[in-house]
Formats: sequence, structure tokens, C-alpha cells
Amino acid sequence: MHEHDVIVVGAGGAGLRAAIAAHEAGADVAMVTKLHPVRSHTGAAEGGINAALRDGDDWELHAYDTMKGSDYLGDAPAIETLAQDAPEEVVQLEHWGMPFSREEDGRVSQRPFGGLSFPRTTYAGAETGHHLLHTMYEQVVKRGIQVYDEFYVSRLAVTDHDDPEDRECHGVVAYDIKNGEVVGFRATGGVILATGGDGQVFDHTTNAVANTGDGPAMAYRVGVPVEDMEFVQFHPTTLPSTGVLISEGVRGEGGILYNSEGERFMFEYGYANNAGELASRDVVARAELTEVNNGRGIEDEYVYLDMRHLGEERIYDRLENIIHLAEDFEGVNPVDEPMPVKPGQHYHMGGIETNEHGQTCIDGLYAAGECACASVHGSNRLGGNALPELIVFGARAGHHAAGRDLGEPEVPTGLGAKSEDEDSLDTPVEPGAVAGSDEDVAADGALVEPREVVEHAVETERQRIETLLERDGTNHAEIRADLQKAMTENVNVFRNKEGLQEALEVIRECRERYQDVAVSDPSRTFNTDLIHTIETRNLIDVAETITLGALAREEFRGAHWRQEHQERKDENWLKHTMIAWNDGTPELYYKPVILEGEDKEYEPKVRSY
Amino acid sequence: MSTQVTEQETETEPETEQESAHQQRRMAEKRERADMRKRAEEELDETEETVRIKVFRYDPEVKGKRDPRFDTFRIPFKKGMTVLDALIYARDHFDSSLTFRHSCRQAICGSDALFINGRQRLGCQTQMSDLDWPVRIEPLPHADVVKDLVVDMEHFYDQMESVEPYFQTNDLPTGKLDEQRQDRENREKVKMSTRCIWCAACMSSCNIAAGDNEYLGPAAINKAYRFAMDEREGEDMKEHRINIIEQEHGVWRCQTQFSCTEVCPKDIPLTEHIQELKREAVKSNLKFW
Repeated sequence: MHEHDVIVVGAGGAGLRAAIAAHEAGADVAMVTKLHPVRSHTGAAEGGINAALRDGDDWELHAYDTMKGSDYLGDAPAIETLAQDAPEEVVQLEHWGMPFSREEDGRVSQRPFGGLSFPRTTYAGAETGHHLLHTMYEQVVKRGIQVYDEFYVSRLAVTDHDDPEDRECHGVVAYDIKNGEVVGFRATGGVILATGGDGQVFDHTTNAVANTGDGPAMAYRVGVPVEDMEFVQFHPTTLPSTGVLISEGVRGEGGILYNSEGERFMFEYGYANNAGELASRDVVARAELTEVNNGRGIEDEYVYLDMRHLGEERIYDRLENIIHLAEDFEGVNPVDEPMPVKPGQHYHMGGIETNEHGQTCIDGLYAAGECACASVHGSNRLGGNALPELIVFGARAGHHAAGRDLGEPEVPTGLGAKSEDEDSLDTPVEPGAVAGSDEDVAADGALVEPREVVEHAVETERQRIETLLERDGTNHAEIRADLQKAMTENVNVFRNKEGLQEALEVIRECRERYQDVAVSDPSRTFNTDLIHTIETRNLIDVAETITLGALAREEFRGAHWRQEHQERKDENWLKHTMIAWNDGTPELYYKPVILEGEDKEYEPKVRSY
Repeated sequence: MSTQVTEQETETEPETEQESAHQQRRMAEKRERADMRKRAEEELDETEETVRIKVFRYDPEVKGKRDPRFDTFRIPFKKGMTVLDALIYARDHFDSSLTFRHSCRQAICGSDALFINGRQRLGCQTQMSDLDWPVRIEPLPHADVVKDLVVDMEHFYDQMESVEPYFQTNDLPTGKLDEQRQDRENREKVKMSTRCIWCAACMSSCNIAAGDNEYLGPAAINKAYRFAMDEREGEDMKEHRINIIEQEHGVWRCQTQFSCTEVCPKDIPLTEHIQELKREAVKSNLKFW
């Protein structure tokens, strides 16, 4: 058993920033991560970090752009916090030595990005995330913060009071990947979940293989509601065989999209007569898939992104990275031939419900980064807003968990935050019983003495792992593959009621089949078979909430497109979709969006650029 | 270790422990894996092109796997397929115990550096079509093998951390929103050194590191270069950093064999950086004469 004031789960951007903040506030902090910190997926972020640093720009403009970009589904207090804290956080990164790209005068460079009214995206080449990750890990090393790397957190130690808002989190249980030991970590101050994305719910994603939604799934199962799970961002240009991202920069420099007929379809078929290839991500993604569905795709799967006409010199000057990506991961040299591209899952706007201090409705449990939903991205994230989210909310969660007073939160959490008009809203499907195995249906912890809750959770987890290793049964890989396929076919860019219901059926079948899952590798040494098996359970839970949320939201907002509902319906849908575990039966409810900012109310307008 | 292995051509699974308590489970496992293989084989269209990979296997805990060996897997080949894709296919369709590190699949997390056809490469970044077939996949040489393709990285991390791999400056501007300015040229100078993804391919390829366990190695020295050459740290700190890399097992051990530079998946001119630090060290020593 290890004991620290603050335990941070995950060591990407949000986790590292949270650990540094907690350490600065005087706490004894430890990070527990299933990868080594420098392997985290934050390293793959390319674009940049939005922060209002220059004359002519200010946090209010940043907040306004973000609110508009969110299609009015972000909470104003959280968005304003993001915009207010970002400049100081970004300059601090600079003070920590981050190798930002520079202007002639030696200051940090900024560039324009989609949906921004000012060029406020700071960046470090096309590898901003890599530098952010390494710079913060360096600071963790400098401070001597303890890192338990290759420890997989598989359970939260939470008391089992009836009402989730009465529950307390006392620590986590982790599996030491190197030797198979199940270890308890007691946190006297708080546990911060910073586990990143969940793109592995889909079979085609820009996300790392490790992004399996562990944080949201664990928090959900101990009673924290998940928020706005239906809002999944799909990026229009990813390589078909791997999902590797081809940056928007290619289209920014003049890259052209063609279909199999050689037509420049963005104009030819009127998808975006003004902006063409540079229309927003959701518009381009839908256009590409429409081409494929109408038989004008290549190999019935993708379209071409062509940058040959830009000339070798310009390509090498500005898009060198793209040449390497296309050659290494697709075997295509984009100087001589067009690149095959198709839409792929990229980012999850929804996640663990938190307030602007990173707190969940369970005392002592925090979340920050992509796994959390504060909510700053609403139904559509602007490029360059994910990285400031990591550092701003990572830092705030770290400070709060270490005991620093951040004032009264304005974003409410928990069941107490639900809409009053809830009764008038239809749940379009019977959520249905989950039929999880008995020990998993209740909260992961148990109603025991607070000082014993970690021991109890360790024991429960040890038995679960024993069972998985000992028994015979289904291999997780088959279940995972079927789940990913169903999500990609039915809960993707295009969604309709029938497809979503079909996906829900498959997800529930997967849940049934998972009852018999077993690990065939008997080894206690680096058993990735076991890790993937546990992750698959998390994917099932996350997939179900995404699909349920998508089925419930009968409108078209941001990244969420519904065939039967082709307009944004503000009168009914200016509210967050909340899903609570409720002993294994997903319970759907709503909470109002907060459009009231510090000194103004954000008025929903038509989103046009 | 991997060099001493006698190669076995086998497509069967290792025998697991014979203890009677495990007997039933073992048989069930065998049956399941046989089924899994059969289903996977059936999926392979006869007309499809396939590639064979020979994968190093070792597990200290499982009987039958304690003796290192090679397993051969037949994988359906597709244009664009990487070595990592093939390994994942083998794991998910033939043997779920096949163990290797991987995460981002796009050459930035640095976790799947492997010894592929006799050279250190990232599995995700290496196209099958660029290799001679069958493809031989082994763990990184000169590191202890934990299991199958996973090596112990502790020594590598220790070396990285021994060079004080964090920015240190006494010259910060006072205002919280004031940036510490850096010339574009200076940023360009350190740019390549900052691209390191800690994959350890360079360390594994280095003959000197193989023979001298205390040698800092190319990655750690490159990390020192990244800070020593950053003008924002100031002259005193540069002196301090030169002292670190000039220690007995520091830069002077490098014999400029260029193997680190050759295998670096991010094209960092490691050998050049080491030489430049040697020159800096000489310059710094001359000051005291």
C-alpha cells in the first residue's frame, strides 16, 4: 500500500500539470500511469495552444470564439476560466523552457486557426504536443515527483453510500504491469483522473491504442455522471490504414480533395461553395462520406487529398512532416501521388462531469483534460483549445486537491444540478438493465469504514484479476473488434435512429459476452492480454453512453448530426445530456447550459464563418 | 540474450505449466488458441499475399517459454502495412499472449523501438514492403528482455535523468506575462535535439554503450545538448552542463561510429551533437589555462 496526499492517474498533459500544481501547493503527490509519461498521447497533438497574449486580443474574445465554436453548449464560467487562465499558463510553459516557435523579436509565435477571431494559437513547429509533454515531464523530474510508471489503475476506492454525492474517494487500485502485483494507493487529499481520450471505442481513430476511456468508465461506475457523451469530433483527413492524422495545414496551404471521378467535390456538389476544402471539420467529414456513399469514393472507402500542385519546394518548406507521415504510415509519397484520406475519430468533447475546479460530485475525486467535461468545448471543439484545457484545468484540479481555496464553483455538478423540466423530456429508448456481473453492478468500492475502503477495493480487484486469469472463456479482442465495428458503422459522422439502436443492441451483446471473457496468457509478467481485457470493459461502458446520448439528442448540433433532425433546436436542447450509472442501468437526465458569463450573457446565434 | 537463441521454426504454442491444477485450463487454452488460429487461417483468402514474421519469444514465468525461441506467423499483407500492424494482427488473431509495447502508432510515443531485420527501428514507422521477407523481429539488443519484445527501460531512463534534463535559468523576466525571449536562430539550433522521443534505438545501437554501462549514451548527451545550447539558460549553467557531459563516462567515450545517427527515427544528428559538445568542452577548458 502506498500513501500520498494527491494521486494523479495518467501522466499526459493534464496529469503532469496537475501533479506540478499539487506539488507547488505543498502536497506530497504521486503519478500512477499505465505508460511511461513521455509515451502519453498528448505528444501527438500537432496544432497549438490558444492564449490571448497580444495587444488587440483579450480573454473575452477567446471566450466568445469558444462559446460560438461550441455551438452554445459550453458552460460560460468554465469557458471564461479557460480564456482567463491560458495566457499565464502558456507563458509559464515558456519559462519552463518549452521550445516554442519564435517571432523576429524573440517572442512566442502565434498563428491563425479555424474559428478564431485573432491569431492566438501559440505553437512549437507542428509538434506542439510533443514539446508540451516533454517540457512538463522535465518539470516533474526536476521536482522529484514520484512516478509509478507502467502501473494500470483499474479501480477507484470509493465508499458505497446510496447517494453518489455522499460518496468519498480514498484512493485507487493499480496493477503493476511489470510483475502482476495488485497494489493499493491511498490518497489523503484527492485522486485526479487525467486518463485522456477514448478513441479506441471506434476502429478508426487518430487516438493512441492506450486511449480506452479508463477514467470516464471508472468514474461512471462509481456514480459520477458522464456529460455530453454524444459529442465526438471526427477529423476529415486521416490515413485510411492507420488513422494517423494529416494536419489541417495541408488544406490551409491549398491542398485539394478529389473523388474517384477526379472531381473537386467540395465545390462540384455544393458542400461548401465559399470555403471549399477549408470549411469546418464536420462539414468536410460529412462531404467525404457522402461521396463514398454515393459510389464516388476510392475502393469504396476514401477520397484523395492532393498537394502535388503546391510544388516540392513549398511542400518541404511548410509540410515536411506530412511527407514522412504519408510515406511511413501509408507507403505513399505525397510529392508524387495524392494521399488517401477519410474521416476518423479525433477528440471526445464529452466526459466526466466536473466543475471549473476539476471536482466531481464525489468528494476527493477530480478529473481534468480530455477525460473530463467542465464543459469548455460544448458540441464542437475549436482547434488549439485542447492543450490550454489540459494545463488550465490540470493546474486547477492539482491546486484544489492540494487544499488551495479556489472559491465557490459556478458550474454545478451531481444529481442536484439536473433540469427542473426533466419530466417533460422523453427518453427515446428504454435504457434497459445492464446485467453486469454482481460484484461490478454496485459502485466499485463498498460501504466500509473510510480507512478500510482502499484495502477492500484492492481485495475486490485482486479477486477479479485472479478470476480473469484462471477461468476459460472468450478472448477480449473479438468483443472489442465487434464493438468498434458497430460504433464506426452506426455512431460515426452520420447518425440515425435505426443505426443507433442497432449499435446499442451490439453493445449490449458485447456486454453479455464480456461476462465470459478470460485472459489466455497465464503470465504475471507484463501481461498485456490482461490489460487489454480490462480496457475492453471500459470501452463497452463508454460506447454505451455515447450511443445512448446520441439517440436521445434529437437535433443537429456541432459534431452531432442526425438524419431525422436536420436543425439545431435551441428551445429544447440548450442543455447537457447526463448519464448516470444507477446500479448498472444507465439513467439519462439533463442539466441546463450556463450561458451567463462574468459580465454578459452569450446569445445563441447561427454558427457561420 | 537475443543473439544466443537457437532458432526454432514453430507455429505451435508453448507448453504451459504441467501442474495438475492448471491441467484443465491449459487444455482449454490450447483448444481456444487452436480455434483462434483456425478461424484466422480460414479468414486468409488463398489468393491473398501473405508475409511471414519471425518473432522472438520469451517469458520467464511460463514453462515452455523460458527458453527463448522464435515463433513464425503468417500474416495477410496489405499495401501500407507496418511491422506494428503485423504484430497486432498476430496477437489479435493467433496468440493473445504475444507481448510488445506500442501506443500512438505514429512515431511520437517512442514505445515500439524494436530490432527488425537486424536494425533498430520503430515498428509503427517501418513499412513491411520496405523489408526483406520473412521479417525477423527481436527486442532491442543490449537491454534486458522482460518478456517477448519488451525490454527493461530503467537504465535508459536513469541515464536520461542523470544529465539534469530540465530547463534551469536565473534570468526569468519578473512579469508573469513576460516571455523570456529567444532568437529564432537559437531555436533553430536546438530544434532537432528537442525532437527526441526517448525510444532508446540510439542507445541500443551504440557499441560503446553496450560495453560501458555507465556511458551516458547518445540520447542523454543529446538531452544535455538541448539545454546547453539554449541561450536562455545563461553562461554559468552552460558551464555546469559541460561539466556533467565531460565526466569520465560522458562525451569523450563516443567514438563517432554514427550508428546512433543512422538509426534515429527522428533524424536527429546525434553524433554531430556529441562532437559539438566535445568542442564546447575543449573551449571551456581552455578558458582556465
